[in-house]
Amino acid sequence: MNPSPESIQNQDYQIPVELRQQVTITTLDRIYNWGRRNSMWPMMFGLACCAIEMICTAASRYDFSRFGMEVMRASPRQADVMIVSGTVTKKMVPQIVRLYNQMGEPKYVIAMGACASGGGPFKEGYNVVSGIDKFVPVDVYIPGCPPTPQALLNGLITLQKKVDHETIKSARWYRSDPVPEIPVPILGPDLIDVRRIEAIRQTIQTLADEAGNRPQEGEA
Amino acid sequence: MNDRLLSSTVDEAVSSRLSGLLTEDTRPGYSGYLVAPENLLEAVQILRDELGFDYLSSVTGVDYLEEDRLETVYHFYRSTGGSGLVLKSSCSRENGRIPSLTPIYPGAEFQEREAWDLLGIRFEGHPDLRRILMWEGFDGHPLRKDWREPYFEEEAKPFKSRWPDGKAVRSEEKTPFGDNVCFPPDFDPQTWQAEPETVIERLQQDEKPLADEEIQTDRIVVNLGPQHPSTHGVFRMTVMLDGETIVSLKPVMGYLHRNHEKIAERNTFLQNMPFTDRLDYLASMSNNFGYAIAVEKLMGVTPPERAEYIRVIMAELTRISSHIMTTGFLLNDLGAFFTPALYALEERELILDIFEMVSGSRMMCNYFRFGGVVRDIPEDVLGRIRQLVTDRLPRKIDELDSYLTNNEIVKTRCQGVGVLTDVQAIAYSAAGPILRASGVPYDVRRADPYSIYDRFDFDVAVQTHGDVYDRYLVRLQEMRESLKILRQALRDIPGGPVLAGKPQYQVRVPAGEAYGRVEGPKGELGFYVVSNGKPNPYRYHVRAPSFINLTSLETMCMHQKVADAVVVLGSVDIILGEVDR
Repeated sequence: MNPSPESIQNQDYQIPVELRQQVTITTLDRIYNWGRRNSMWPMMFGLACCAIEMICTAASRYDFSRFGMEVMRASPRQADVMIVSGTVTKKMVPQIVRLYNQMGEPKYVIAMGACASGGGPFKEGYNVVSGIDKFVPVDVYIPGCPPTPQALLNGLITLQKKVDHETIKSARWYRSDPVPEIPVPILGPDLIDVRRIEAIRQTIQTLADEAGNRPQEGEA
Repeated sequence: MNDRLLSSTVDEAVSSRLSGLLTEDTRPGYSGYLVAPENLLEAVQILRDELGFDYLSSVTGVDYLEEDRLETVYHFYRSTGGSGLVLKSSCSRENGRIPSLTPIYPGAEFQEREAWDLLGIRFEGHPDLRRILMWEGFDGHPLRKDWREPYFEEEAKPFKSRWPDGKAVRSEEKTPFGDNVCFPPDFDPQTWQAEPETVIERLQQDEKPLADEEIQTDRIVVNLGPQHPSTHGVFRMTVMLDGETIVSLKPVMGYLHRNHEKIAERNTFLQNMPFTDRLDYLASMSNNFGYAIAVEKLMGVTPPERAEYIRVIMAELTRISSHIMTTGFLLNDLGAFFTPALYALEERELILDIFEMVSGSRMMCNYFRFGGVVRDIPEDVLGRIRQLVTDRLPRKIDELDSYLTNNEIVKTRCQGVGVLTDVQAIAYSAAGPILRASGVPYDVRRADPYSIYDRFDFDVAVQTHGDVYDRYLVRLQEMRESLKILRQALRDIPGGPVLAGKPQYQVRVPAGEAYGRVEGPKGELGFYVVSNGKPNPYRYHVRAPSFINLTSLETMCMHQKVADAVVVLGSVDIILGEVDR
């Protein structure tokens, strides 16, 4: 949490006393993660009730810029973390996936509240997606309806801890192979997840077969 | 007494003038009049022009599956106050048609679109009958009683599969598609083509070119939203621009449509209380209030005195917290990025602290019950409210006033922008600060008093210009009037119980219908509840003020600059949880 040099100091190396104020010996991973974790910019993007608590967390009483979430950016290109703050509806999820695709790596997703984590109180609704993790990988889930600002801060700090344990060697965004985009779902008679088109077609076929067979069985 | 006198004169006037067209609704528990679809327009014209029912509050529908008919329900009021008139018209479920009221009441436009979208009632003569909350191409009309959502379990809660008898299984595992989706049998994802969005065509059709156009210019269509820093939540404005001037505007909504009404019809009556919190999530106490009043009307219970006072205190605190936040964020929309909003949020936090002490939650209070409130206010909290109401909030509202009211930039940006005249405001069924800023002194607390509002001495805030600036002034004055009410309520609050009868999980609600309305921070918030004597409501409809206020958005923004459309939207003060429900 504290961005002081001590927190990134590699304790295995003894620095002469007279140099301790000026020199820090650390690893590349540590300094790199130290920089990233303390400048996590969230995307200015609210969905529902949780967005109000997100605003409260940004405001003076809870003030998440103390932890490095300094500014909220309206553009996905400038944001590091997407806080999915509210109920994800079928009508909105194509836009959320598109925004996620537009964010530059490294990017993180926080599912704030019960709705974003799994549908919440509205899960049974016909226009509600049962959690954003059906489409976008989620790093931190925050329970609550809505989570209090303290809970959101705890979630953001948990994300910082996750960042601390990442390493450049295996970072997805430094590999030579391209990171595949998530296909944007389509609004048809219902929400169509493009990755599951074949499964949808087969299920419709199976259901049709069953419906076709049933009266015949009755006759027999 | 007064109320009854007025309603009897209404009945006489209606029965003498409209005797041939209307028949009284004699079903037990129901009120109002029935009208045949072919007589609807004629009757409504007489109602508006001769009997003074110029304000169409709510349009909705009910699906009576067993009787094979769809019934549209209209609630009319007079903009001068008094009790209302309920009119119903039925059509068959298959290809039923009802004439649209939009030529007489333009405020019916979005509400009829919603009834078409969710119930499949076809309104003849509607200028733009598209789906509004769901997308074009969606399969079915979800609020019909025979339409089942993918996660359907049973008709009504509590579900047998749940605790304590059953063992809950994840809903995903129970559906054939493994997800919250359901496709029609003839659907083939490989050959299917998406229907193009029709909103651009509508923009072109409804374009109103500038009068003094000398140069032929190209039009640009701009989408503001659904993810846009200027829109309050996931709302989308599609605008057509001539240069920087708006020549056509269509709101697109439904991005937060979370099926409040469908879920509510499966829930028991009490289970809906926490869901109302999430309608207008800045004013959960007001939403509780409206729903409690509607169901209490059906049940015929009256809350004890202390509970009535607590309700008023909570509703007025909610109004202050909502208005102060709106004012802060209006400045945000003007370009004063976040500093004024931070001042506003500071005060809101103090009110939220009180809500947390009283109900246990900052935002989603779930505090009201049928016949009272769930628990008493602790004595030290009353002290805190007193301190806030007598000392801190008046100072802070004055501070806001001194910073903003005479601010040169605020005046230049807000005066004369987004004007809605009084005639237009009534015709578009605008409510709350929008209506009052246009010079119509209509406040449900005064026009048709509910709870104990007839005991308090307060003024209805009203301004005359109908622009953004006047809406700000109305909100400012309303906060002061709320403080006035709060001071009186805190002075007079008696001791005693806070709930009539025993606390119950399952309430017995007799069959019938009720429309309960309160003056929420955004305007007239109504709940139309139909019960058939079972533990869950047969029909539950929310007359959402932010949703209906958006009907006039196009008129307000027409021929304004695009930057001002953002301010106008800020002054309408929409909350998407309520717009989309």
